[in-house]
Amino acid sequence: MTGQAADVVIVGGGLMGAATAFFLRRRGLSAILLERGLIGQQASGVNFGNVRRQGRFLPQLPLANRAREIWGRLPELIGEDVEFLALGHIRVCFSEADAAVLEAHARDVRDYGLELEIISRNALRDRFPYFSPEVVAGSLSPDDGHANPRLVAPAFGRAAVRAGAVVRENTEVTSIAKVGEDFVVETAGGGRYRAPVVLVCSGAWAGDMAARLGEAVPFAVHGPQMAVTEPLPYRIEPSIGVYSKDRTDGIYLRQVTRGNVVYGGGWRGAAHADTQRAYADPAVTLKQFAKLNRIVPALARARIIRTWSGIEGYPGDDLPVIGPSAAVPGLFYAFGFCGHGFQLGPGVGDVMAELIATGATSTPIEAFHIRRFAAATG
Amino acid sequence: MAKPVKPSPVVVVIGAGPAGTRTAERLVAAGLRPVVVDEGRRGGGQIYRRQPDGFRRPATDLYGFEAGKATALHRDFDALAGRIDYRPETLAWHLQDGAVHLARDGRSTAVRYDALVLATGATDRVMPVPGWTRPGVFGLGGAQIALKAQACAIGGRVVFLGTGPLLYLVAYQYAKAGALVEAVLDTSPWSRRLAAMPALAARPAMLAKGMYYAGWLAARRVPVLTGVTPLGIDGDAHVTGVRILDSAGRARRFDGDAVGLGFGLRSETQLADLARCRFAFDPLARQWLPETDPDGRTSTPGVYLAGDGARILGADAAEVSGRLAACAVLRDLGRPVADGEIDGLRRAGRAMQRFRHGLETAFPWPVRLAAGLPDDTVVCRCEAVTAGELRRTASELGAPEVNRAKAFSRVGMGRCQGRYCGLAGAEVLAAALGVPVESVGRQRGQGPVKPLPTTTEFAS
Amino acid sequence: MGGQFRRLGEFDRPPVTIEVDGAAVRALAGDTVQVALLAEGRRLRDSEFGDGPRAGFCLMAACQDCLVWTVDGDPMRACSTPVVDGMRLVTREVPWPNP
Repeated sequence: MTGQAADVVIVGGGLMGAATAFFLRRRGLSAILLERGLIGQQASGVNFGNVRRQGRFLPQLPLANRAREIWGRLPELIGEDVEFLALGHIRVCFSEADAAVLEAHARDVRDYGLELEIISRNALRDRFPYFSPEVVAGSLSPDDGHANPRLVAPAFGRAAVRAGAVVRENTEVTSIAKVGEDFVVETAGGGRYRAPVVLVCSGAWAGDMAARLGEAVPFAVHGPQMAVTEPLPYRIEPSIGVYSKDRTDGIYLRQVTRGNVVYGGGWRGAAHADTQRAYADPAVTLKQFAKLNRIVPALARARIIRTWSGIEGYPGDDLPVIGPSAAVPGLFYAFGFCGHGFQLGPGVGDVMAELIATGATSTPIEAFHIRRFAAATG
Repeated sequence: MAKPVKPSPVVVVIGAGPAGTRTAERLVAAGLRPVVVDEGRRGGGQIYRRQPDGFRRPATDLYGFEAGKATALHRDFDALAGRIDYRPETLAWHLQDGAVHLARDGRSTAVRYDALVLATGATDRVMPVPGWTRPGVFGLGGAQIALKAQACAIGGRVVFLGTGPLLYLVAYQYAKAGALVEAVLDTSPWSRRLAAMPALAARPAMLAKGMYYAGWLAARRVPVLTGVTPLGIDGDAHVTGVRILDSAGRARRFDGDAVGLGFGLRSETQLADLARCRFAFDPLARQWLPETDPDGRTSTPGVYLAGDGARILGADAAEVSGRLAACAVLRDLGRPVADGEIDGLRRAGRAMQRFRHGLETAFPWPVRLAAGLPDDTVVCRCEAVTAGELRRTASELGAPEVNRAKAFSRVGMGRCQGRYCGLAGAEVLAAALGVPVESVGRQRGQGPVKPLPTTTEFAS
Repeated sequence: MGGQFRRLGEFDRPPVTIEVDGAAVRALAGDTVQVALLAEGRRLRDSEFGDGPRAGFCLMAACQDCLVWTVDGDPMRACSTPVVDGMRLVTREVPWPNP
């Protein structure tokens, strides 16, 4: 497959698009991936890097499980180590009431095959001595962890190219139109691409695209507030999150083997999809410090050396849009992952490839169908 | 663009070196009380860095021919006490939405400003040499600070390697102070200096000083070589010597236990970046610099630049541009400033710019060395990332510009935030891609401008 | 061994004693921590990434290479910190985590 026609045109080269392109090739379908900038440069590249399954909308778990299975095989699948460490993901809390919520969640996820271990106070600090005395309990998922988001989507992109996908960076899609049985996708600079199937996975910009395709969804964009410390001796193995009724407690942190601690959360910032700009707010940076040090007091000795933000898309119910269009045959969507799409990415790519290639997928994604908004908007 | 005159506008000046001092002084003369933010303790910046209390050397020992200027600057800064809101040992770590964030002793305040003057100065510009991260290798500016501010030489037997007027000045100062200078090794060929003579003649006194330093060293039989190609800095746990090719291509080695390394200066532009000033690639400086009008206004209303933090023009030009920026601030705030004052400052600045052009001609940043760096040469010293790893981001991972290369290789992700790897890294990447250096762009600025402790608290 | 830095003047200053890696280091009032350590030795720390010892570079608080720690685990920029009598510093094993 060469030039401007293929079985599938994918609009948006983030993790969803790059992973789908790769898995489509493995199923023998031809794919053209069109990306306005560079693969994985937007939300896919600037998120926290969590590879975790607990704390999700429960119907998302089959998808998360499928993704986790692929995470474990990435070196053999895409030939690169993306710094994935499966040394656990632990959600901690500061009150007994919140510990009860964690316990209830552990019961709920068991139905989906996810085994969590609830660890309390003294046992928690025996195993993870860096937690503060304020941490009352933790819910550990031993096989989850974290990876380097700057590397994953580009690695999938390169693997897709090696597998025969056509990937066009610096190529902005300007229109998508159904012409007979095919879609014609035009790009800035005069490119024209044709395929019977189009997948729209352009992240924070997909809300607009869906609207222009006649399927508007309530949609907002927000900026994560991220920071990273200088290198510190490597001591924290699991990825750490917080469950609390106070959203501002919700810091997530992970230490990379080189020693830096990456963290974010608690507050969201403004993001500007039109100018592709999002900034870490210095006022938030200061507020996050106390929240961070409340979880791991030793981080009070650290200094941050960088902050950043990104542009993340949020459909109105804080759940992604995944699956076929409700209105246009051959059109598919995978966007709006609300800042929790990184772990799902390899699974979404695999599922979309399966869905496009066979007409169905073994993983339940009905809860994310775009038609759920059609009823509301009438 | 005159605005209605505000009774007490808040003007913040970042930096208390020659530029910041003259800005503050001119604003005070107009009846304003600027906030002056200084990372140091008592003004002076780097070139006129003051020695600590209890040190007794006279100014001529510290500043040589510039002693008069340095003394005047310190005296004039001290005279501003009580008439400025001076914030010493304070880091301006971020700015956003018309407020600058200042941290001191674990407390951060946000100061809203009507005008902000960035007089943030410069650091050494570094081209890596194999072995340059070894103990005993210091920047030329650093070597000068050791002498000025601590009465120390960076080693017992010092080799000076690099290019620029500072190379000769610091070597001269070291030898005069009694340090053992083993050699002065200049990557710029002598022919470049001849080519630059017409421009250098714009400031005959400066030219004469430069020739004096070189001549003085030669008269004392300090080897001074031009047109050298650095090969490596030897040693294991510390420096033992420097290897070069001389201008005739012969391999030479100089023993020593310290190297003063520097290839001119680079402007500190991080706050201008955070202020969302428009940058342009400056082919003379070979650096992306914030665009300014002749008086220091940037593309961001209310934000002005002065001194080496805008473009490298030296300390004398910094004093002129400091005054000019203050005049621009005053005019924009609706205060009267005589045309004659501004014209005179602009005229003085122009001669200095011509001279600077001459210096860059005489002592060019040796970009040709970037392509020739062995793959195992460390480019990013904070993260220990080599030239080979950086090149691989281009050849294997498709990185077309420095931010992508940073995401893949970690060059620029260390504590120095790209200060010491940014320019050389761009040259290495551009050479690997076979493209002009301006097309690989510049590292995107993010806060904090320097490492910030997580114990820092907001103080209203 | 002899240190990296060589004092060329200003010898007549009050003595200050600090502790580095458990051993007493004699310095002079007004020295930076970097000068105090390098007047007697040739390193400040080891690079985290295996490329050997470091002794700082810029002397102007820009390169962040001159990092040492207090015994309590607080990072300190040696080139911009004056010695204080009784200071206790470590340069070999980074005291983190240390709440």
